[in-house]
Amino acid sequence: MTTARPARSTVATTPVAPPTSEQVGGGPRWRARYLGVLAGGTLLLVAATVGSVTIGSVPVPPTEVLSVAAHQVLPWLPADSGDPVVHRIVWQYRMPRALLAVLVGAGLALVGAVLQAVVRNPLADPFLLGASSGASFGAVAAIVSGVTVGGMVGLSGAAFLGALAALVLVYVMAGGRGRLTPGRLVLAGVALSYLFQAGYSFLLQRADAARLAQSALFWLLGSLAGARWYNLLLPAAGLAAGMVLLLAQWRSLNAVMAGTDTATALGVPVHRFRAQMFVLTSLLTGVMVAVTGAIAFVGLIVPHAARMLVGADHRRLLPASALLGAGFLQTVDIAARLLDSPRELPLSVVTAVCGVPFFLWLLRRRTTAQVVG
Amino acid sequence: MRLRLEQVSVWLDDHQALRAVDVTVPSGAFVSLVGPNGSGKSTLIRAAYRALRPRTGSVLVGEADVWSLSARESARRSAVVHQHEAEPAELTVEDIVAMGRTPHKSLFAPDRPADRAICAAALARVGLSDRRERTLGTLSGGERQRVLIARALAQQSPLLLLDEPTNRLDIRHQFELLALVRSLRLTTLAAVHDLNLAAQFSDYVYLLRAGAVVAAGPPAEALTPARIREVFGVDAHVTTHPVTGRPYLLLSPLSPD
Repeated sequence: MTTARPARSTVATTPVAPPTSEQVGGGPRWRARYLGVLAGGTLLLVAATVGSVTIGSVPVPPTEVLSVAAHQVLPWLPADSGDPVVHRIVWQYRMPRALLAVLVGAGLALVGAVLQAVVRNPLADPFLLGASSGASFGAVAAIVSGVTVGGMVGLSGAAFLGALAALVLVYVMAGGRGRLTPGRLVLAGVALSYLFQAGYSFLLQRADAARLAQSALFWLLGSLAGARWYNLLLPAAGLAAGMVLLLAQWRSLNAVMAGTDTATALGVPVHRFRAQMFVLTSLLTGVMVAVTGAIAFVGLIVPHAARMLVGADHRRLLPASALLGAGFLQTVDIAARLLDSPRELPLSVVTAVCGVPFFLWLLRRRTTAQVVG
Repeated sequence: MRLRLEQVSVWLDDHQALRAVDVTVPSGAFVSLVGPNGSGKSTLIRAAYRALRPRTGSVLVGEADVWSLSARESARRSAVVHQHEAEPAELTVEDIVAMGRTPHKSLFAPDRPADRAICAAALARVGLSDRRERTLGTLSGGERQRVLIARALAQQSPLLLLDEPTNRLDIRHQFELLALVRSLRLTTLAAVHDLNLAAQFSDYVYLLRAGAVVAAGPPAEALTPARIREVFGVDAHVTTHPVTGRPYLLLSPLSPD
């Protein structure tokens, strides 16, 4: 019989040598790249943050920025020779603003990276799945109704509840247990985003229109102009806690990214884990959006860029996303203040102008199979 | 470690996918599930590791009911290689194999040298040590399947569940993959589409139709012409393979008599 010859190889039980390949050993050194990205990213972030403080209606040289910071942190150091007004501008307005950009950029990118893994959809971000508009709705509802108990904490709480409601609704609408397909999820998220946007537009319309027109723009497109030291507290605490809690789950995140059945087979209680991640990311989104409004694209594109640089393993991806997100938003905020000076552009305008071309390039560069990953 | 499914019935929505199925995989044996599309092979595999909860009946891994174990404990007992894997293409081979350590690690825990040694041994076992740093997207179908086997090995579970592991592989890689799995000497339950592959590599075969076991036993006993005609709707002539000495099925369309 003609089948005798090929069948012979089947009796071999030793591991078979891999077929010869012309590409052996050509892989990127991910760990070395990761350290490089962390080092380079940190340098750029520090430079951008100092740069961000120097610019504005009163230019302040970087040396003076550093001396103001040093004097505030270590009061026994000699005060800078400069003008006390400059000192006040730098310390009370510009530094909180620069730090808020770091916190919110990092937080949104972190949320995006986690959601993209948990729902297994490269299009997932805090914006697309409705959490941002839910948070905006919660915050606007709190402001308009005047129920801002506890000031910033109450506002953050309302934004958080809005974000949580949006994520739960999207999850339920998209089919919930086991049948969560990317298509349904995106449709549910988009639909719900429109609903929440309609909701807060309605609330703003009903309220004192002239007074709230600015605030409508703020909630829709995002701004860091409201940054003060006291409202850095929640985003800072949220980011620190979120980073620790999410990084603790890096193995489960990797497993869930690979699929529900795979994660189950690897011992991850998938449904419970997803629910935990939804609550955590909602909390983070709510805390961020309550301070800055909804800043688009950071949570969508930064994780993709980070994945290209350091790979998809969450142990590396989460810190890299946060770092790149911080640097990206800092740069965006600088651009938002410089491009239309002395006015400020809404942040989402700038992130969209940078983000959309990058995203299109990414889509063209990668094969469909990789994007669907 | 032995795997037993006792009187397992599974409903998918309102469709009964498994009907009081009894399956036993003795310790160290290679057991195949064969049957036409929709006969319940994949469902049975999924029911064996907590991915699907049976409405009635029980799944025993060793002596424990799989649903009395935590997800983690269950994963320490059985590793799975799925049919429709969609691992993100940016993951490297070693990232994926390292995922096999998940059920052994607590929160935060990094990979220790011991874990790395286990993963390296698993990759060596499937002959992919030189692909360690490659991303999954750059591998061939046969290599990917072997990466997933390596991950299952890194899991160090005594039980291996395979859902059509040779799907989309060419004939040489089909043989090589199943020979590799056999050589591991794990307790293995595999859904296999190709009857001759099942006949060649299995200690026992379970023949499924419409969610029920039609026949079970060593390949020569379970895969008779009459049963194959009944279950698959094709004519079969069973011979003995001149080289392997295993049953070999010559299949032809149903004769119109």
